[in-house]
Amino acid sequence: MKLPLSWLKEYVDITLPLPELAHRLTMAGLEVAAVERRGGDWEHIVVGQVLAVAPHPNADRLKLATIDTGAERHTVVCGAPNLAPGQRVAFAGLGARLINPQTGQAETLKAATIRGVRSAGMACSERELGLSQEHTGILVLAPDAPVGAPLEQVLGDAILDIKVTPNRPDCLSVLGLAREVAALTGQAVREPDLSYPEEGPPMAGRAAVEIEDAALCPRYCASLVEGVIVGPSPAWMQERLAACGMRPISNVVDITNYVMLEYGQPLHAFDYDTLREHRIVVRRARPGERLQTLDGQLRELTPDMLLIGHGAGPVALAGVMGGAATEVSDETANILLESANFSNTSIRRTSVGLRLRSEASLRFDKGLPRELPPIALRRATQLLLQLAGGRAARGIIDAYPGREERRPILLTGRRLAQVLGVSVPREEVERTLESLGFSVAAQGEADLSVTAPYWRTDIALPDDLVEEVARITGYDAIPTTTLAAALPAVQPQPGLELKERLRDLMAGCGLQEIVTYTLVGRALMESARDGLGVSAAVRVANPMSPEQEFLRLTLRGGLLAALAANARHQEAMRLFEVGRVYLPQAGDLPQEREMLAGALAGPRHPPFWSREGGSLDFFDAKGLLEEALCRLGVEASFQPTEEPFFLPGRAARLQSSTVSLGVVGEVAPAVAERFDIPLRPVVCFELDLAALLPLAAAPRYQPLPRFPASTRDLALVVDETVPAQRVLDLIRGFSLVGRVALFDVYRGEPVPAGKKSLAFSLAYQAPDRTLTAAEVEGVHQRLVQKLETDLGAALR
Amino acid sequence: MLAELDSLKATALAELGRLQDAKALEDWRIRYLGRKGTVTQALRGLSALPLEERRALGVAANALKALLEEGYAQRLQALRKAELSARLRREALDLTLPGRPPALGRLHPTTQMLRQICGVFASMGFQVVEGPEVEWDYYNFEALNIPADHPARDMWDTLWIDGADPQGQRARLLRTHTSPMQIRVMEQTRPPVRVVVPGKVYRYEATDATHESMFHQVEGLAVDEGITFADLKGTLYEFAKALFGVERKVRFRCDYFPFVEPGVEMAIDCFACAGKGCRLCSGTGWIEIMGAGMVHPEVLRRVSYDPERYTGFAFGLGLERIAMLKWGIDDIRLFYANDLRFLRQF
Ligand SMILES: [Zn+2]
Repeated sequence: MKLPLSWLKEYVDITLPLPELAHRLTMAGLEVAAVERRGGDWEHIVVGQVLAVAPHPNADRLKLATIDTGAERHTVVCGAPNLAPGQRVAFAGLGARLINPQTGQAETLKAATIRGVRSAGMACSERELGLSQEHTGILVLAPDAPVGAPLEQVLGDAILDIKVTPNRPDCLSVLGLAREVAALTGQAVREPDLSYPEEGPPMAGRAAVEIEDAALCPRYCASLVEGVIVGPSPAWMQERLAACGMRPISNVVDITNYVMLEYGQPLHAFDYDTLREHRIVVRRARPGERLQTLDGQLRELTPDMLLIGHGAGPVALAGVMGGAATEVSDETANILLESANFSNTSIRRTSVGLRLRSEASLRFDKGLPRELPPIALRRATQLLLQLAGGRAARGIIDAYPGREERRPILLTGRRLAQVLGVSVPREEVERTLESLGFSVAAQGEADLSVTAPYWRTDIALPDDLVEEVARITGYDAIPTTTLAAALPAVQPQPGLELKERLRDLMAGCGLQEIVTYTLVGRALMESARDGLGVSAAVRVANPMSPEQEFLRLTLRGGLLAALAANARHQEAMRLFEVGRVYLPQAGDLPQEREMLAGALAGPRHPPFWSREGGSLDFFDAKGLLEEALCRLGVEASFQPTEEPFFLPGRAARLQSSTVSLGVVGEVAPAVAERFDIPLRPVVCFELDLAALLPLAAAPRYQPLPRFPASTRDLALVVDETVPAQRVLDLIRGFSLVGRVALFDVYRGEPVPAGKKSLAFSLAYQAPDRTLTAAEVEGVHQRLVQKLETDLGAALR
Repeated sequence: MLAELDSLKATALAELGRLQDAKALEDWRIRYLGRKGTVTQALRGLSALPLEERRALGVAANALKALLEEGYAQRLQALRKAELSARLRREALDLTLPGRPPALGRLHPTTQMLRQICGVFASMGFQVVEGPEVEWDYYNFEALNIPADHPARDMWDTLWIDGADPQGQRARLLRTHTSPMQIRVMEQTRPPVRVVVPGKVYRYEATDATHESMFHQVEGLAVDEGITFADLKGTLYEFAKALFGVERKVRFRCDYFPFVEPGVEMAIDCFACAGKGCRLCSGTGWIEIMGAGMVHPEVLRRVSYDPERYTGFAFGLGLERIAMLKWGIDDIRLFYANDLRFLRQF
């Protein structure tokens, strides 16, 4: 809401400097987002009186004006046709900053000699002052403007841009804000006088109002002014409308807008003669009904929309926009003014449904007081008579089926202290609430019975009053204490802990955490070829873009996209994300599963002056998964698996008994290509945190070995088809075998084709004694035999 | 004989003084002290002499041997020292070469900030809990005192989930704030309640340097008997000091959120301009940090808490905004663009 200070002053005296006033409003809940000053740059411009006008000796169209500024007299050259002796004008002295009407730029006024006459200063037009585009003559000030006074004092203004929260539609009006200012500064509000002469015929026989749906229209008031002359509204009204961001149209329409800005009550003016039977019917639209609104659009109406009809058909969308057929035109002579209260729900649905949000609907949809329509109607009728002439009918129509009494609210001293943590003296509470227009009656020692003023629709509970007291006395006045209440019992959060541990583990393993958008597009999902089509994903009904239409089913797409985006300026990348995937569940919220996913690509070692070669590959990913699982105390095996995302033969599923924990593999080159990743190989892995969680175990201490180990190396030749894991499992399962490490895999001469050599280093150890050389040799021989018989291994 | 020993001593010591490396020293040792060395031979030759002579010469010869051995040892040590220092000189590192980078990763800045913020509240007894990102309209709006068609719904532009409920209403949405967890937590527990809820939230919002359609919030909720507005002020003040420094000033002003009453907005004094007004604070000297307020009695009633008995406060802050302020980041879109040149700065 734009609030011109000059308009505000009409209802309340401003006793504070502007920055302080803005601060008080902000602190009280009406945030002043900006203050636009008009005339702040009018230095060296004062009110001058034109004493005499004489012809210019050398130019017919120019004149010489003698202007008195109180302290001095100046003779200046002036070309304005409207210049006349006796006028009070805006006189700019040397050094003033004025707008050059030709260029629109501000320039500093210097002395000039015009056709042989020296001119030191000038009388300004509105355009030169930056007030408007008007430049056909000079600006003539009011005859009582004090001569010599700075122009800013006379014409200067400040426009406050106030962010009004949706609970305060009363503050979408100058008067409403004046009431706040009055309460905050201890001043009184001057309400406009609402009287006007009622010289026309009685309203009763001239028009009628029928409300079919009282729930949607609790009150409908109307007045009639006959014999108006439609034309432009006066400059002062146009200026105020413009300052508030509204375009002046005609005196009749401007008055309805002006009163809306003044009181917060939207009004509508009908051309009385276009209303068939002079009968207003407030009803729901009928199926298939259509209406051409003021903006020229033909709109389809539905039965949940409230409309204003006359004897035959719709004439306006109630509270949202008028209809073209009953619009006030230059020929209009008789005006029927509407000032009504409509259900905010209905207005909101209609305006949102038609995407038609107007100044009126923005006020109605917040819920306006039912007491307001006749007040605003009288004000508008009065202004209509003043500015457009005509005669007002006697009385108004006031259909009020939705009358409601305001109930008092009991505000106890106990509640105030319970909520605020400090007791407020009853007199102070009383004074504060009364300053806001509440009526207050004492109830017992410490309590008050409080009734909200008609303009406040946001007060229903004692706590609403608590806020009123707190915000007007200031939140600063409330003390600051620390929580003393009992601490709740600690609820373990194993899922959260697991997530944070994995984050630390991954970062510890050298991976950079990323966070990608959970909303993804069809293209990304299909590129990731993650085996689950978009048909399996949860879809947003109103996506902002096709790239953010679905909730992701895997983290893969985001990871690969991040890999690709960084490939231009990064050699090696190790990325991971911990985040949710969203699996649809019929009739319920989707299942949100926490996942860990990572991607590796590029050289294993960062660029360095001493080269250490090799690209990140499957075993880097496997290694860090093994490390992570080991840290979590989870045992899992890597089983070959196939899915289109991975290269066949290079993907493994992490399996713990029957539970699948995740997957790791080399991304299929076709997939990497679709993401435009220049690096090969790209390795990806995924862990399902929900599957991992029940398996994770706290570490369990194992006694340190007390007797020395004997180490032996063992090189075996086995068939290519024998997985290393089988050999390892067999060795590990053998008695007295402690540590085992596979330290070499070799193919080629002299190992025959189709075979590979695996070299292990193993340590034999007993928990209760030092093994003798003979014992070790015996066990080793038996192990070799078992390897030969079970796996066809041969010693190398 | 004695004279011979004297000359032998002079020659050996002179030679020893000229030796420059270990090889020459070893040759010298063999020449004089080795099994066939001159001194050894001389000592051995003594046995042929008569006892008187043998005794006198024996003392002298043994003294010579001891002297040469001592000289050898000293020389050996000196040569080794010289050699070692020469080798160290040869093998000195170019200490200006860059160090080998350790393979350590980093956490995303939002994770780091989340941990900081939750850590501060944890120290005040708030437990961290999480909730769903896809929510029912009921939890995101209705139970928070924002029924359908409430004008305050304009405060949260909502992304709805496809598919209507039997009444034709779009009942599921991407949560627009973390506040639905206020309801879920209170539905599941009885007072006292003291939780913080970090998580992603979503808005139907065009993105620019200060707006994102996905961002993180941290919600807080404390409900019990005797919790007051003064406690709200104190708790949030402690938080602001912990995160932004003890010298920070805070400001609490009235604001409106349908699920609190009274409503609060907390700001800290601008650390860029010390309150004088600059671009960071839009000239106001204050930077908005979070919304807060006393839990609305209707919200308590909704979860069957007796609002006459229990009171509480709630707050919600935007994580990225805090991170941007703290780390001087000027564009919120950097958080999810995942440019490693950005992420590696934290
Ligand atoms: Zn600042």
